Amino acid sequence: MSKLVPSVAKLLAGNTVTKVGAPVATTSNAKYSTKSQASFEIKPYKLHKLDKGPATTATLTSEDALKLYEQLAVIRRIETASGNLYREKIIRGFCHLYSGQEAVAVGMRAAMRDCDTVITAYRCHGWTHLMGASVAGVLCELTGRKTGVSRGKGGSMHLYARNFYGGNGIVGAQSPLGAGIAFKHKYSGDGGVNFALYGDGAANQGQLFEAYNMAKLWDLPCVFVCENNGYGMGTSMDRSSASTDYYSRGDYIPGIWVDGMDVLATREATRFCIDYCTSGKGPLVMEMETYRYSGHSMSDPGTSYRTRDEIQEVRQTRDPITSFKEKILSNELATPDQLKEIDSKVREVVDEATKLAKSDAEIGTEELSADIYADCLEPTIRGVTPDAPLTHIAVAQRN
Amino acid sequence: MASLVTKKSLFVRLVKNVNDCTKRLSSHFIYYPDDGKPVEGETTKMNMMQAINNAMDLTLKTDPTAVVFGEDVAFGGVFRCALGLQEKYGKERVFNTPLCEQGIAGFGIGLATAGATAIAEIQFADYIFPAFDQIINEAAKIRYRSGGLFDCGALTIRTPCSAVGHGGLYHSQSPEAFFAHVPGLRIVVPRGPITAKGLLLSCIRERDPCLFLEPKILYRSASEEVPVEDYTLPLGKAEVLRQGDAATLIGWGTQVHVLLEVAQMADEQLGVKCDVIDLQSILPWDEDTVCNSVKKTGRCVIAHEAPLTSGFGAELAATIQEECFLHLEAPVSRVAGWDAPFPHVFEPLYLPDKWRCLQALKDTLDY
Repeated sequence: MSKLVPSVAKLLAGNTVTKVGAPVATTSNAKYSTKSQASFEIKPYKLHKLDKGPATTATLTSEDALKLYEQLAVIRRIETASGNLYREKIIRGFCHLYSGQEAVAVGMRAAMRDCDTVITAYRCHGWTHLMGASVAGVLCELTGRKTGVSRGKGGSMHLYARNFYGGNGIVGAQSPLGAGIAFKHKYSGDGGVNFALYGDGAANQGQLFEAYNMAKLWDLPCVFVCENNGYGMGTSMDRSSASTDYYSRGDYIPGIWVDGMDVLATREATRFCIDYCTSGKGPLVMEMETYRYSGHSMSDPGTSYRTRDEIQEVRQTRDPITSFKEKILSNELATPDQLKEIDSKVREVVDEATKLAKSDAEIGTEELSADIYADCLEPTIRGVTPDAPLTHIAVAQRN
Repeated sequence: MASLVTKKSLFVRLVKNVNDCTKRLSSHFIYYPDDGKPVEGETTKMNMMQAINNAMDLTLKTDPTAVVFGEDVAFGGVFRCALGLQEKYGKERVFNTPLCEQGIAGFGIGLATAGATAIAEIQFADYIFPAFDQIINEAAKIRYRSGGLFDCGALTIRTPCSAVGHGGLYHSQSPEAFFAHVPGLRIVVPRGPITAKGLLLSCIRERDPCLFLEPKILYRSASEEVPVEDYTLPLGKAEVLRQGDAATLIGWGTQVHVLLEVAQMADEQLGVKCDVIDLQSILPWDEDTVCNSVKKTGRCVIAHEAPLTSGFGAELAATIQEECFLHLEAPVSRVAGWDAPFPHVFEPLYLPDKWRCLQALKDTLDY
């Protein structure tokens, strides 16, 4: 019975489309989209120990198309701004850019429900915004200002938001945490699924396999998402991994390979994962094949282990934003004017946030000693000179 | 006939002597039970294993989010501290993990960050190092680096530590100093059943992640009248167990009992009385109690099983000389394990036993 329900829903959805037609189109003066919905073929998934994979055609409404486009564009813009701020030496320390990989986060987020949780590695700026932080919250964190999501105390790798358990600076360390968060979903019966993201580099960390094992042993609602961008720092996947079929490396955990450059593919695949995990079948491994345009971090030019031609070719043929833009324009889900409008809105928001990230105040030195403990044993922390004591304070509200 | 009796009693005496020797070899200290009661009410005789079991039992009973997990805890764990808890509370709440310390710690941190009370067992403190990264870089810093948005205060990691008489390299270490270098953690070591129950309950309820190091030799050799009801003991507080004016003796875990015997020997042999302090909380530690005592006595001997270099005694000594400099009559003395891997056959020589501690005390008094 329960198996029938999704197909019934699909049928109904199909019917609705033909009946409603194109409401937006009626008011169109060519500035707005002319179609309300279109279907797209998705590059075939590769499956590991699964009989059936995600839907191979995706339906997209014009409303969703605009939303997805805006999210893709805003992440690209945030990363461009981050790169510039880093070069201006306003962002210090570490900074890992997500440009090229936007479709993974945006597609996944579009399928996620309010109760689902995410934990990822250090390439986390885009995710943080998608999970609810403002652009200013992200950029101010990168520049260490008080409007930052972690009050400037975390920096690039340590961004958090509701249901977003953070960026994480240690390669692979977030994966077992994901299993723990998934256990909480299962234990409390809240119906949520945890998405634990890691890269192709971290895929070789021992603790990932420990997390795989626990997740399957206890059938936790956890999706291990391998964002395979081809390079673990400066080493290509072929040189670092005995098996580059990352979707099959969970062995006893079923897996899916997804074209991570197609936001509709990542969305459909994530929908499938949520259905699978919430039906109690346990964890999944999802490999998203993607690409990063920048180096591993800002200190890596990203050209010593790959050719500039390779990067150019991906930009021209597989770019997640360009290809999506082309798709929605040719299917008349959006018009060039609409996209231009979004582009300028995005530019405005990110420029504003960039300005704030430069001008916003830093937190006071009193917060150097804030939030180390729930309750500090003594009013001041130890290890500082008596004439410049640091009082332990609690900044965040306690529940 | 008479000679036979004499022979027999000689033989008995010989056997007794041999037994004493064996006892001294396998257990380098005499256990001094706590005589006070932290709370009024009914008590029952428990060894430290039972007291810890009792603390977890009370937690699982009163806190519906509490779970206990670790290697082999389903049948109680190698030291049986979780004995009977799975039968009582079910496989969903008390369960085995695979052999993966790093995973256990990370899993526990995620679980606690998401809001559950997580009680993780690392089978031996010597096995905790694969989990070092998770504890240092994740557990200790999550509150700080998220600006207070997230924390894993509901995580308590229990692990058996210290010498047991035959543990050798990898079942005897006392790793408290490694972790004491990390702001954000709490490190606690009990000295017996009463403190184990009260301090463990405090750790479980504490809103910062706690590392609870249990001197494994005390699991069965230490028993006391432990209050049956739920009670907690303050974290970050040391306890003065004996009062005196000649010197301050500081230790934690098993070593407290060595120092209690040293204080008794000093009283009997040298006619001096010493303060004996059980530090209990290694991080954050009770600077006030320690420094007030040393200011009073002017002399201090610190003893711990872990190696001398960068042992936690170094931190105590540094603070004491800074805070009590003008009160000191002698340099602060440290008696510790040697800077060597924990030896198997040479364990009795390695440990800071009562003779080494007594000698250090004499040197300090004669300085």
